[in-house]
Formats: sequence, C-alpha cells, structure tokens
Amino acid sequence: MRREAPQRLADYGPLFFPAGMLIVFFVIPFATMIAVSFFERQQGGFYEPAFVLDNYGRFLSLFFGKVLGFSLFLAMAVAAACVAIGVPFTYLLSSASRRVQVWWLVALLSILSLSEVMIGFAWSTLLSRTAGITNLFVMLGLMDGPQALTPSFGAVMTAMTYQALPYTVLVLYPALVRLDPTLTEAARTLGASPLKAFFSVVVPALRNTILATSIMVFIFALGSYLLPQLLGRPQQWTLSVLITDQAIYQSNMPFAAAMAVFLVLVSLSLVGLALYVGRQREAA
Amino acid sequence: MTALKRLFFLAIGLFLALPLIVVAGVSVNEKQTLAFPPQGFSLSWYGEIFTNNEWRSALVASLVLAATSAALALLIALPLAWFLWRRVAPWANIFQVLGVAPFTLPPVITALGLLTFWATSGFYGQPWTAVIGHAIFFVTLPLVTLSLGFSAIDRSLVEAAATMGADDRTIFRTVIFPLILPYMVSGYAFAFVLSLNEYIVAYMTVGFTMETLPIKIFNALRYGYTPTMASVTVFFLAIAALVFGAIARFGDLPKLLGAMTNDR
Repeated sequence: MRREAPQRLADYGPLFFPAGMLIVFFVIPFATMIAVSFFERQQGGFYEPAFVLDNYGRFLSLFFGKVLGFSLFLAMAVAAACVAIGVPFTYLLSSASRRVQVWWLVALLSILSLSEVMIGFAWSTLLSRTAGITNLFVMLGLMDGPQALTPSFGAVMTAMTYQALPYTVLVLYPALVRLDPTLTEAARTLGASPLKAFFSVVVPALRNTILATSIMVFIFALGSYLLPQLLGRPQQWTLSVLITDQAIYQSNMPFAAAMAVFLVLVSLSLVGLALYVGRQREAA
Repeated sequence: MTALKRLFFLAIGLFLALPLIVVAGVSVNEKQTLAFPPQGFSLSWYGEIFTNNEWRSALVASLVLAATSAALALLIALPLAWFLWRRVAPWANIFQVLGVAPFTLPPVITALGLLTFWATSGFYGQPWTAVIGHAIFFVTLPLVTLSLGFSAIDRSLVEAAATMGADDRTIFRTVIFPLILPYMVSGYAFAFVLSLNEYIVAYMTVGFTMETLPIKIFNALRYGYTPTMASVTVFFLAIAALVFGAIARFGDLPKLLGAMTNDR
C-alpha cells in the first residue's frame, strides 16, 4: 500500500480522537495558563479576568533575579557534570557486549523512572546523620563523628546529577552506538593512546551531539522541583519550586502562571537551539 | 585500559547504587528507626504497604491511575501513529509535536496548565482528571515506540494484502496489529511505570483529594521518616526493573532506545 494523501473526510477518522484529546487537554490548558498569567489576583486565592502585566512586572525584583540566576546556574552545573561523566561512560558502554549494554540500560531506565520524591528520600537518607555515609567514614577512621550533610548546595547538586545522569546516557546512547568504530581504530593504529583517541577523535566527531545533549539535560535539570526543596535551603530553591509554591501554598495562580510562561519561553528557545544544533550535524 | 574501564564502570555503578543500598538497608530495620546498617531484620515494613490502610489505598490509587492513564495514552497514540504512517499529511505532524511537547518541557508547566484548566472548568480534584493528565503527559512514550514499530513494517506486506482484496480494517487487524503489538506493549509499559512514579502532575491536579504513593511519601516526609517509605521505594524500583527487564528479555531494548545496529 502506497502512502497517499487523505481524500475523503473519513480518511481523517483516525485523527479525530488523538487530535481532540491533545487540543482539549494540552493546547487549551496551555492557553488557559497563559490567559491566567495576565489575570488579576483577588484576596483569598481567587483571581479574576483582567489584562494586567503586574505578574510579569514582579520579574524585575531582585528576589526573582536571584532565583532565576540560581536556577540557570544550577541547571548548567548539573548539565556540565552529567555530560562530563556521561560521554565517556556512554562511549565505553556502546563498545561493550550486548548483554552488558542491556543490563546497564535496564538499570538506568529503572533509576530514571524512579519518582523524584523517592530519589530525594534516598539521598536525604544517605546524607543523614543516623543512617548516612558519614557513619562509614567514621568506621574507616576518616571522621570523628557522624553528621548530617543536608541541607546544602552539594546535596542538591549531587542528587540532581544522580537524577539526570541516566537521562544523559539514554540521550547520548543512540548517537554513540552509531559512531563509526573505525574512526578510533584508525587513530589507535596511528599510535594514539586510547585517551588521546577519545579526546582527539571521538569528542570532536560528536561535538554537536554533545552540545545538543547538554541543552536537553539543562532543560531536564531546570524541571527539577522536589530535590532543591527536600535537600536544599530556601535560598537554593529553583524557579520550578517557586512556581509550585506560588500556585499551591501562596495561592497566587496569576504569578505562578506568569513564571511558568517565562519558563516555557526559556525552554522552547533552548529546544529550538538544540534542534538547530542537531540539524547542523546532519548537514556536516 | 580494561582495568581502568572496569574501575570507571564500578565507580558509576556505586554512585547509582549507593542511595538505593542504604534505602534497602533502612527498609529492613526491626523498629521504626532510620538506621543503617539496619538494627535487626524484619520484612514487616513491606507488609505495611499492603496491610496499613493508608498505604494500601495509596498503592491502589497509584496502580489504578497508572493502568488507566497508560491505556488512555495508548488509545491516543495508536490512531495518531497509524495515521502518520498510512497517510501523506505533513501538517498532521503538528500533533506529533503536541504529543512530545509535555514530556520535553519542564513537568511543572504541564502540571500548572492542567491545574488552571481544571480549576477554570470546575472539575478540579476529580480523580479522573489525573488519568487524563497522565495520559497527555506520557503519550510521548507509546507515540515514540509505535512510530518506531510502524517504520519497521515492510510496506510490501500491506501491499500484498491490499492486492488480494483486503480493506484497511482487515489489513490493520490481520497484518499490522500483530506486527506492532510488541511496540504497543512496551509503550504501555513505559507509560505505566512512569505514571506510577509521577508526582507533580498528580499533586497539582488531585493532590488534595487523592493520595498516590509518591504523594503519600511526600506528605509523610513532612512528619518525619518511617521505614515504609524505604520499602515502597524498593518495591517501586523492583517493579520498574521487572518491567524493563521483561521488555529487554522479550523485545529489543537497544533498538527501542534508538540504537539501530543490533549486529554486535
């Protein structure tokens, strides 16, 4: 059967349900959110239709600037850490036997699907005073007494890297599996050490893939909303946490919506950049 | 080099496993303490998930939500993926983009969008709104696996069936359906596991009327720790590992994840 353009209305039949669902429950909610971001907040958690820019005006405060700056910095740091670990790891994984690959993929998928609540709980346990890793250090004689390592920036950073690393590997995996193995073989034959071959052949060949992956991981990290809350101090709260906080606990929907719209714009422009970078690779 | 490579893999493995090992240890404590290494040994905290009323109803809520929302996601993805494969309609790709968007953007955006939508339409807090929310949020997964499944179908098979007089419906039932069934199963499984673990969309849409397990853990965290949180975490990890292990056992996991070469 050749693929053909739909001719009769009935040919569009299969599209009705999916299109309807996606429009009603994604496009319309999205539009509602944008509309609410211009609404006026009433006392008591309600809001009424209006067209005010106050909610966006609040972006200009020092507090918001700090949160935004910290969110971007944190996401960037997480993306850098994940790519630095993920690229060599995925490269080595892609040359491992199929059995080893499948084992790792199952493990990575299991951790990736683990609820953010559970990851936060697991890390707060590992970094706690009573059950944490410091007990091991005390046993080894490295520390005098166990202590709690949360809340701290290090805890947030480590847990977010933990959460995003499986994602990084799975994004990199298809590109690295398809990487021509003769490239490194040639470099090795010409006398390059494995490390040198990796940095002078593999990394340049994957430059655009690595850049696109960094952006994807950056967006992924930008979406983390529970880990900064569970493992960090209030000054380590990110934009995602602030949105949740405003929407649920402060009952200020218009402001939450305005921040969400802003987050969408940041993410979308980054997705666009990632796609553009990805195209470049095909063209090259 | 091999030794170095082993060491690197070991280090990554340890980093990934360490928090989970501690959680598994904590989950078998005999008393309600958060101690590691565990004091005594007891599996009663695993029993708690099923015997304690609050935890059991959260478990049931999570399972029902995951099962129904994954089914709905599949119902949305299947006709869409089939249409995109069967017809030449470039503008219809917009729906593919809409299907992938919620998953690509930070989750809090989809959550807040649905919250404002349900609040405006007056259905806020109804349990079924979470089913629709998760179906939309995770429709990406069956959509991606099904698109892969359709692209793997040899079109000449379909052509042969058409030549012999089968109509679209018959072709779908007898040729296409058996070929894409494995992709439907894996798409459903991915959506199921992720819905089970999802927090923010469920919390923002039905957080005050229904408790799923992740919501229950988060609420319980505010009042301090109980080892049941640890046992639930291990339990959920086991479910995920079993599901993905089964996909790997009966399907081609590297191919599903985008690796097209399987001649290693």
